Amino acid sequence: MSLLSVRNLCKTYGALEVTKDVSFDVAPGELHAIIGPNGAGKTTLIGQLSGQIAPASGAVLLDGRDVTGRSMAERVRLGLARSFQITSILPRFTVLENVAVAVQARSGSSFRFFAPVAAEAALNDDAYEVLAKAGLNHRADVRASALSHGEHRQLELAIALATQPRVLLLDEPLAGIGGQEAGAFVQRLAALKGRFATVLIEHDMDAVFALADRISVLVYGEIIATGTPDEIRNDAKVRAAYLGDEEAA
Amino acid sequence: MIGTATPAPARLSARLWLALLIFACFAALPVIAAVTDDPFLLLIGTRILAYAIAAMALDLILGYGAMVSFGHAAYLGFGAYAVAILNSVGVTDLVLHIAFAVTISAVFAAITGAISLRTRGVYFIMITLAFGQMAYFFFVSLSAFGGDDGTPLPARSTLFGSQALEDDRTLFYVALGLLIALFTLATRIVGSRFGRVLIGTRENPVRMEAIGLAPFRYQLTAFVISGCMTSIAGVILANQAEFVSPAFMNWHRSGELIVMVVLGGVGNLTGAIGGAVVALLLEDWLAVLTEHWRLLFGVFLIVMVLYSPHGITGALDRIARGRR
Amino acid sequence: MTNLFILQLLNGAQLGVLLFLIAAGLTLVFGIMDVINLAHGVLYMIGAYLIATFAGLTGSFWLGLLLMFPAALAVGLVIERLVIRPLYARSHLDQVLATFGLVMIVNEGVKIIWGPSPLSVPMPDLLSGSIALIGPLQYPVYRLAIIAAGLAVAAGLYVVINHTRIGMLLRAGATNRDMVSVLGVNIRRLYSLVFALGAVLACFAGAIVAPILSVDTGMGESVLILTFVVVVIGGIGSIRGAFLGALLVAIVDTLGKTFGPILLRFVMEPAAAGQTGRMLAPMLIYILMAAILFARPQGLFGPKPS
Repeated sequence: MSLLSVRNLCKTYGALEVTKDVSFDVAPGELHAIIGPNGAGKTTLIGQLSGQIAPASGAVLLDGRDVTGRSMAERVRLGLARSFQITSILPRFTVLENVAVAVQARSGSSFRFFAPVAAEAALNDDAYEVLAKAGLNHRADVRASALSHGEHRQLELAIALATQPRVLLLDEPLAGIGGQEAGAFVQRLAALKGRFATVLIEHDMDAVFALADRISVLVYGEIIATGTPDEIRNDAKVRAAYLGDEEAA
Repeated sequence: MIGTATPAPARLSARLWLALLIFACFAALPVIAAVTDDPFLLLIGTRILAYAIAAMALDLILGYGAMVSFGHAAYLGFGAYAVAILNSVGVTDLVLHIAFAVTISAVFAAITGAISLRTRGVYFIMITLAFGQMAYFFFVSLSAFGGDDGTPLPARSTLFGSQALEDDRTLFYVALGLLIALFTLATRIVGSRFGRVLIGTRENPVRMEAIGLAPFRYQLTAFVISGCMTSIAGVILANQAEFVSPAFMNWHRSGELIVMVVLGGVGNLTGAIGGAVVALLLEDWLAVLTEHWRLLFGVFLIVMVLYSPHGITGALDRIARGRR
Repeated sequence: MTNLFILQLLNGAQLGVLLFLIAAGLTLVFGIMDVINLAHGVLYMIGAYLIATFAGLTGSFWLGLLLMFPAALAVGLVIERLVIRPLYARSHLDQVLATFGLVMIVNEGVKIIWGPSPLSVPMPDLLSGSIALIGPLQYPVYRLAIIAAGLAVAAGLYVVINHTRIGMLLRAGATNRDMVSVLGVNIRRLYSLVFALGAVLACFAGAIVAPILSVDTGMGESVLILTFVVVVIGGIGSIRGAFLGALLVAIVDTLGKTFGPILLRFVMEPAAAGQTGRMLAPMLIYILMAAILFARPQGLFGPKPS
């Protein structure tokens, strides 16, 4: 039984077909990577999965439940969270507060007007725990805007984790990170693997092939192949359309 | 432009001290009025207190929620007319006046807020302005209460059956008590779960949505709370002037409320209170200098916006930081 | 009844074209520069004062009108340079405050220069009097001339917007601000031009309405809010939206004030109907605005929110 099921998703902008009949399934605990050249429609696809963009047709099922018409916020509450390719944080909140507000979103009503939220130990404890997983606990009291780029990416991940997703959509988590930092980040993602299903969009092929259980290749809005990393590596169509493309470049 | 979201504890308490200092100065005003034998001082003081409440209420959504409402004077009017309308049917109690003002304001804010919040940016500003004018024109055509000219109140509100508010000093202290109570309430709201979500929607609405909190409900709730608080200022104003008229809700008044908030520095409730004090004193002072004080005030506004974008508290912060 | 209807429809059209002249500039300034300008209403007032002065000096409405144009252009360029230009990169809140300050300055400045009492502008002989429409129905020539002038300007703007290079830039700028800078245009000059054009149109509206209104300092106020409603209904940045929005607002407002009480008489007593009608009529356009926004938050012709 798949936890996330994408059925025949289509989206056009004018005459441009950015998503062409995309279908795939993600099992609980599975990490499903989606790769493809620039302009293949990966971010549009994530947008449709997360509820930011409405598809023209097709359906997104979470645990068998059709969430296609649900808003982003509703999907998150059902356990479908996302991270952003371009870091999207609350810049004037501290690192801890950025995570604590995500914890708050899933634990109890936010229509409480009197009790000081900063003193809620339960929120802060959970937030610290998530920060530890993302490797940011030593920076908890720093203003988020003061973090380095790599730390921003870690915070982006931590906020998504704090919502306790059943399915996590990661939109280029490694964007702009290189070298050693990237290695550490991949290790962190590997340690988290198995706790939830993941859809990973990433340009860093080393990371993708190290992490993914299965890979789908998206070219011009269409999935041309799905399989294990080995199968994808040896797929002639993929080599021609995508990997070859990169070698040429 | 917008002030600190979550001030470090040290600065929060500095702001709190500043607020306490302002309250203490207010509390001493009746003494000064008695010594100088200046009865107008209390009336001016009460008026300033009322606007301080209104500016603080506006700051709650403008500073903490990034909602630039240009129709907030409507709520001043609702508060004032709540007094006049209930008085006309023989209900004179202040508590009931406030309850009625808050109820009308909650309904109006919920409906107009729900429509205005479907839009953002300049649309939101213009639409709140338009709804404010709608309320204004409603009272202009309300001939039972004097229409355009307004109507004098037969007497001030009663307080638990007594005529205590007829004494300017009592009215002043009641207004001060309301300001302190509402300031405490607003401070609590800002530091609560709700406040954190509200500030979050100001900082990054998409991020809030991506953690499962759709901004609309929180923004609308804040909008309603702010409108209700502002209407309490209207109740005080009506009692201070013993007169109500649509002039309370003219769009210039909404503009002046924004001026007060920005003058004090947006996004910290103390600043709005200070801004109200400074703006009204400046108006009075310029009016003594020349009958064309509005010209000077306009120049002052433009210069302030172009050269000191963080208001009074921003300037104070800069001075404090410079000393350190 | 039909005669009254036609009369009020014409009155509505006359108010509508005036609102359009003011709203056209405002919507472009919003759409292209993303600046909220509260002082647009006072430009309308300045137009009226300018023609009052020039017509008084020259003794001719037409010469006055002619002189009004360069003066209006100068006013627009000066305001743009001194107040609006520093605001382009600023928040909407800053723009609100600074232009609110400008409203205070201009209102008070006008009082200082021209005094507090209202001025009047004599109607040009050529356009005074009334003409017969249908049967006994008479309508002032001057009001018809206002409608004609407004429609002529609307047609002119239509041609400029749809068939010239400047118009292409304006359209591009209103839908996608970044695009204009990509096109390698001198943004600063384009902005000055747009603002000055809007100022001239607003002044023109104030000038042509001057003979049928008393020219006073409050005249910009009510018009400003009506214009906002027009722009919001029509959609920010859309001239076509401004045109339809202006006519819609003006006609609903004019007809509502006349026929609201009459219609209400069908459901309530005459006295109560009159009272309720008078109370509801001024609110009609705001209810109209709310209804349109509820269905289309971006207005009738505004760009879709991304």
